[in-house]
Amino acid sequence: MNLKPETIEKIDKLVPRYPTVKSAALPLCHLVQEDQGYLSNEAMEWIANRLDLQPINILELVTFYPMLRTEPTGKHHVRVCRTLPCALAGAYQTCKKLEEAFNCKVGHTSEDGSVTLEFVECHADCGKAPVVMVGEDEYTNISPDKASEFAEKIKNGEI
Amino acid sequence: MAIQEQRLIFKHIDEPGYTNDIDCYIKHGGYEQLKKAVTMKPEDICAEVLESGVRGRGGAGFPAGMKWKFLDRKSGKPIYLVCNCDESEPGTFKDREIVHQDPHQLIEGMMCSAFAIQAKLAFIYIRGEFFQGYKILERAIEEAREKNLLGDNILGSGYSCDIIVHRGAGAYICGEETGLIESIEGNRANPRIKPPYFPAALGLYQCPTIVNNVETLCDVKHIIELGGKGFAQIGTPGNTGTRIWCVSGHVEKPGYYEFPCSAVTLGQLIYDVCGGLKPGRKLKAVIPGGSSAKILRADERFTGKLKDGTEFDWGIEDIPMDFDSLMAVGSMSGSGGVIVMDDSTDMVEALANINYFYAHESCGQCTPCREGVPWMRKVTQRMVDGEAREEDADLLKNIADQIAGRTICAFGEAASWPVQSFIAKFKDEFVQKAREQAARRKEGKAAATKTTLI
Ligand SMILES: Cc1cc2nc3c(=O)[nH]c(=O)nc-3n(C[C@H](O)[C@H](O)[C@H](O)COP(=O)(O)O)c2cc1C
Ligand code: SF4
Ligand code: FES
Repeated sequence: MNLKPETIEKIDKLVPRYPTVKSAALPLCHLVQEDQGYLSNEAMEWIANRLDLQPINILELVTFYPMLRTEPTGKHHVRVCRTLPCALAGAYQTCKKLEEAFNCKVGHTSEDGSVTLEFVECHADCGKAPVVMVGEDEYTNISPDKASEFAEKIKNGEI
Repeated sequence: MAIQEQRLIFKHIDEPGYTNDIDCYIKHGGYEQLKKAVTMKPEDICAEVLESGVRGRGGAGFPAGMKWKFLDRKSGKPIYLVCNCDESEPGTFKDREIVHQDPHQLIEGMMCSAFAIQAKLAFIYIRGEFFQGYKILERAIEEAREKNLLGDNILGSGYSCDIIVHRGAGAYICGEETGLIESIEGNRANPRIKPPYFPAALGLYQCPTIVNNVETLCDVKHIIELGGKGFAQIGTPGNTGTRIWCVSGHVEKPGYYEFPCSAVTLGQLIYDVCGGLKPGRKLKAVIPGGSSAKILRADERFTGKLKDGTEFDWGIEDIPMDFDSLMAVGSMSGSGGVIVMDDSTDMVEALANINYFYAHESCGQCTPCREGVPWMRKVTQRMVDGEAREEDADLLKNIADQIAGRTICAFGEAASWPVQSFIAKFKDEFVQKAREQAARRKEGKAAATKTTLI
């Protein structure tokens, strides 16, 4: 495991703040995933070791929490909110347009590895629906008629 | 003329020039209430909160002061305070604005509350998708620490308490308070059974714990400022303070709007405040308190008796927006998420969309929930896929009736209420769907039509 020194530093600062080491398991999953892009078996073992836990204690988190991944995403990670308020604003049609633009079905990574397109659930910004996240950034009011242009911007690296 | 909002919690939200750093907050009178709080007796603050009548803004509407009273103080174990910032009930979008635009209001409210209950340590459980919000809170906490507003010996009072921001990772059930506690402990967020695991007695690390929503904790700051009595003058008896209504769906101006409880009716909120529906559209239905709240049909008459005995006879537009009125019409104010649907909405698709969500989010501990909720999803999915059967409406109701009340946590109800209420109010559309599909099949056409909501 080759974690960046910043990540190690963050981990060393974080663990002693919690009343029990196990509480640091989920935060460590986040930190290691941010560092590595996903959580490999090796990463899970590393976290378990660091906290004196068993690898299964980490695996059971990774298989429970949807944001934890065991595979890397494409270069752009595009998440389209699909729950009712966004759906009422056209989120499913937005997603269709994105599927076409990226040539990638929702729930998959495009063949060239450039995009992972996923549905997600309410991102708590339903007043500006439809909501789409690209990486860690949120974009709002991505109605179906704006979707193709939005996809182009992602492809061009403007987003 | 639109009705004027009366903002308390959202006073500075979207205000030009208002920034989320501590200097701006202090310039606007920030942290004065914490300074006042630490000179008060903790039990006096608890008494003010009880007197204010403030009810939880996270969903259940339980009086915060009462919850605080249930704290087991005799055990001698440390007390924890947890702020529920999981905000994941579809249709709810108020906590994120507080975190993004006014994080110090939350920190001040939390530190006042922590002092009042004499918490040893406080947590903010923030949903994983709030990447920016997490960073903003971390920075705000460091700013507050530098000014000795949290950490050791706060403002020289001898009281010490720190805040840890703990990130979730995309599971809705972490919003349920005991699931949230499991999640902080480093486990899967499987909710605990109550009794015995009422957080106020056996919460985080089996210690007495108070879990409150972001907005509720912000209210505490204002209770200290106004006094419990003063706060209780906002709104109506039993429905005190303001509520932030998050309006989404088919209105011209969706968004968040803050009013004293009962100050607006649902009709005023939709037509005056939110600019009404899209041109040419008519109101069909409203889900008034987040996607798990029971749906209201636009042409229903709501009759009955309020808690105080007064009789009511309302159309949907007459319903006062507060806890008790929405409960009296058979739904709830829940998390404040008002989802508006016009006459273009296909109710089967809308329910299919909701069922998809809950089926995905069951934690899987209880058989009725783990098996029943995905089953309901399967039924509504096949209905939109062209395989609807006339008896599906009854089947859906039957499944839902066997989940609610038979599970460890209230997710069972949250997932059943939409199904029960959609069928109770729009059964004809579910039956109609099956008949139309059968007719199309007979004509040799594809049974399914294009969907928009699923
Ligand atoms: C399935 C489920 C999801 C919930 N999600 C949230 C949530 O996202 N945010 C929240 O504040 N409360 C949520 N709650 C309510 C909490 O369990 C708890 O009642 C609340 O945080 C208490 O705070 P309050 O009294 O200040 O409202 C949820 C409850 C259930 C049953
Ligand atoms: S009701 Fe559902 S979510 Fe709640 S504990 Fe049971 S299985 Fe889990
Ligand atoms: S439904 Fe998409 S942000 Fe709430």
